[in-house]
Amino acid sequence: MRIREHQKPFGFEKPSRPHGRIVVIDERCKGCGFCVEYCPQDVLELSARFNKKGYHPPEAVHEAACVHCGFCRMICPEFAIYTVEDVPVIG
Amino acid sequence: MKADPKGVLTGSHYLDGDHACCEGALAAGCRFVSGYPITPSTEVVERFSSRVPVVGGVFIQMEDELASSIALQGAVWAGKKAMTVTSGPGFSLMMEHIGLAAMTECPCVFVNVQRGGPSTGLPTQPAQADMMQARWGSHGDYEIIAMSPSSPQECFDFMIDAFNIAEKYRVPVMFMMDECVGHMIERVTIPEADDIEVTERNYTSLPPGEYLPFKPVENMVPEMCKVGDGHRIHVTGLTHDERGYPAMNHMAQEEQVGRIVRKIREQADDIVRYEEFEVDDAEVVVLSYGITHRVAVEAVQKARAGGLKVGMLRLIVVWPFPEKRIAQLAEQGKALVVAELNYGQVFFEVDRCARGKAPVVLAGHGGGTVHETDFIVSKIEEAARVGK
Amino acid sequence: MSVNEELKAAVQAQDVQPGADGHPMEDFLRMDRIPHIWCPTCGIGVVVNCFARALEKLGLDLDDVAVVSGIGCTGRVAGYVKIDSFHTTHGRAIPFATGLKLAKPKQKVVVISGDGDLVSIGGNHFVHAARRNVDITVICVNNFNYAMTGGQVAATSPTNSILTTSPYGNFETPFNLPFLAESVGATYVARWTALHIHRQTEAMIEALNKPGFTFVEILAPCPTIFERRNKFGDGLERLNYYYEHSEIKHGEPTANVDIGLRSKITVGKFVDKDRPTWLDAMNSHLKRKLGDRFTPYEG
Repeated sequence: MRIREHQKPFGFEKPSRPHGRIVVIDERCKGCGFCVEYCPQDVLELSARFNKKGYHPPEAVHEAACVHCGFCRMICPEFAIYTVEDVPVIG
Repeated sequence: MKADPKGVLTGSHYLDGDHACCEGALAAGCRFVSGYPITPSTEVVERFSSRVPVVGGVFIQMEDELASSIALQGAVWAGKKAMTVTSGPGFSLMMEHIGLAAMTECPCVFVNVQRGGPSTGLPTQPAQADMMQARWGSHGDYEIIAMSPSSPQECFDFMIDAFNIAEKYRVPVMFMMDECVGHMIERVTIPEADDIEVTERNYTSLPPGEYLPFKPVENMVPEMCKVGDGHRIHVTGLTHDERGYPAMNHMAQEEQVGRIVRKIREQADDIVRYEEFEVDDAEVVVLSYGITHRVAVEAVQKARAGGLKVGMLRLIVVWPFPEKRIAQLAEQGKALVVAELNYGQVFFEVDRCARGKAPVVLAGHGGGTVHETDFIVSKIEEAARVGK
Repeated sequence: MSVNEELKAAVQAQDVQPGADGHPMEDFLRMDRIPHIWCPTCGIGVVVNCFARALEKLGLDLDDVAVVSGIGCTGRVAGYVKIDSFHTTHGRAIPFATGLKLAKPKQKVVVISGDGDLVSIGGNHFVHAARRNVDITVICVNNFNYAMTGGQVAATSPTNSILTTSPYGNFETPFNLPFLAESVGATYVARWTALHIHRQTEAMIEALNKPGFTFVEILAPCPTIFERRNKFGDGLERLNYYYEHSEIKHGEPTANVDIGLRSKITVGKFVDKDRPTWLDAMNSHLKRKLGDRFTPYEG
């Protein structure tokens, strides 16, 4: 992410961006891969573990990059993943 | 509860059966009609469309009978008393939704002004050939209530009863008129609103979370609700559990579908309704309903005058059928005659209920006109001859 | 305290601890019926997600919404949303919704059903409700086949689709749903794919807000049948296909937006106009004709 460091938008000392913590409800996942494919920040990958149905639920491999955009929550057909707003990341 | 005076056209009128039926619906509190024109029922909705803007409510002419028969159910779940009106060919189209109404226990009225059939048949001429269809027309197991008026006055009076009993048992009611009753003009006396008893819908007073739309409370019937009350109900035509959620297994089938059948069958004694005339000493009892009753009265009187001991039973509620009474009459009398404007429909039910205790003679007629009195008399004489 | 620290404290002060599951959709779903019946990588769940988000953004009290559906995979949506919902007969969701809406105009009535249900068996009702401009929103999930019954060809299946009742390929011409909807009088017509989650949510919001017969078509993958039989892969590959083949053309004449088996897919908002609803027309017309004798109808 490129941040123009000479600017100080909105009075913040340094620009901040939202951040989210990923919550996966393993047992609902059907391993479709929508969230993995379409996360704009490439946060997710299908994990190696299995849920009870035999699918690989996703896991956050670059959780620091999550911007709490909500795309994974909305694209998931199983209501199995969402993000919780976390402390905004500065800089 | 008393009728809403806005819908009650108190006074003495000359109306045909169709018009009286419309007035009966308005008096009963019906404020939503979805219909489709079909002879000989069209006058009911024509009158409703001109009355309802003054009384208050909605009339919508839908694009076909399939739409009319389900739009009224949407209106019921939104809190209105609703009906639709049709004749034979439309009745056939409505069958799927009659099944839906029975399955979802939707209180509503379907009016069928019967005409000659099958298929396009005799659009402007009477018959009573949809009686079995009223009972068995839709697929699957279910029970409905069917009524049969014999005069325009009864078209008014019995419509109120039909709406009331629909609410009591949360069941679709088939109002089986015929073209003759529908188009004959007679005096219809409409009382004051205060003299008309209407049954309110049995809305639940339970809070959201506790109310179950398909859990029987009284009379094996669940309480009703409407959208927006906060109950967040789910209603489906699939076999469901008490919450209304699909439960496609034989246990739910037994509990829910079994119950919608039992709620009528086991309480049939409270629902059946008929009139009798001189049956106590009768050797032959003539059974009829609707317009045929009017002809049968004359036939019975003629036969009595000729020395035969004849009585008559007139069905007002045709379904559920008064099985016990017919069994009694078959036991105590010598023979039964069934006079109906078809080639035998209620006849088979009477024959079944007689259980072989007495022969049953059919005074049938394909429709197109009503029976000749002498024809029924001849059938009475035949019954007297073959009777035990 | 610096602004950044204030922000940090404000976020931590929010009650963001999830409950048992904590998914934000839980208030909206009948959790006792989850997991749902839809196949892995089916797009219907996405549509439900976006619908929930649309209702949330509109700030509607869910008691004031009713969902009516027909029969089919999309028809099952009614059973999963914790709203007064009606799973009616095949093709007849729209007339049921008409009766419901006219009997209680204050209720927001949404029909969510599939392509086969709405425009084949339900075609007549679709046409007339749009003509009348009944104030309902119709969300049509188009997966180009009758999925629930095993994948038969539908009135929306592109020419040459291979389906169980067109085993040698469909030789019929399908409907162009936005064209159909516009021609019969819908006041709002939009098409998006399951992938366009934000745009479909916005379309649903606009459609729900707008009075009259509003129509949103959402193309969704049917991996088990349509995609598999026509070599589109699974739902994810189909979403990639949507990504590569969809073109956003707001206001495009609907006659041009038909969909071929492997053609471009035109998406966007095509129609947004105003017309009196059925009830508005009824009330104003009868008031004009009957004056004080008329009892205005509000429900």
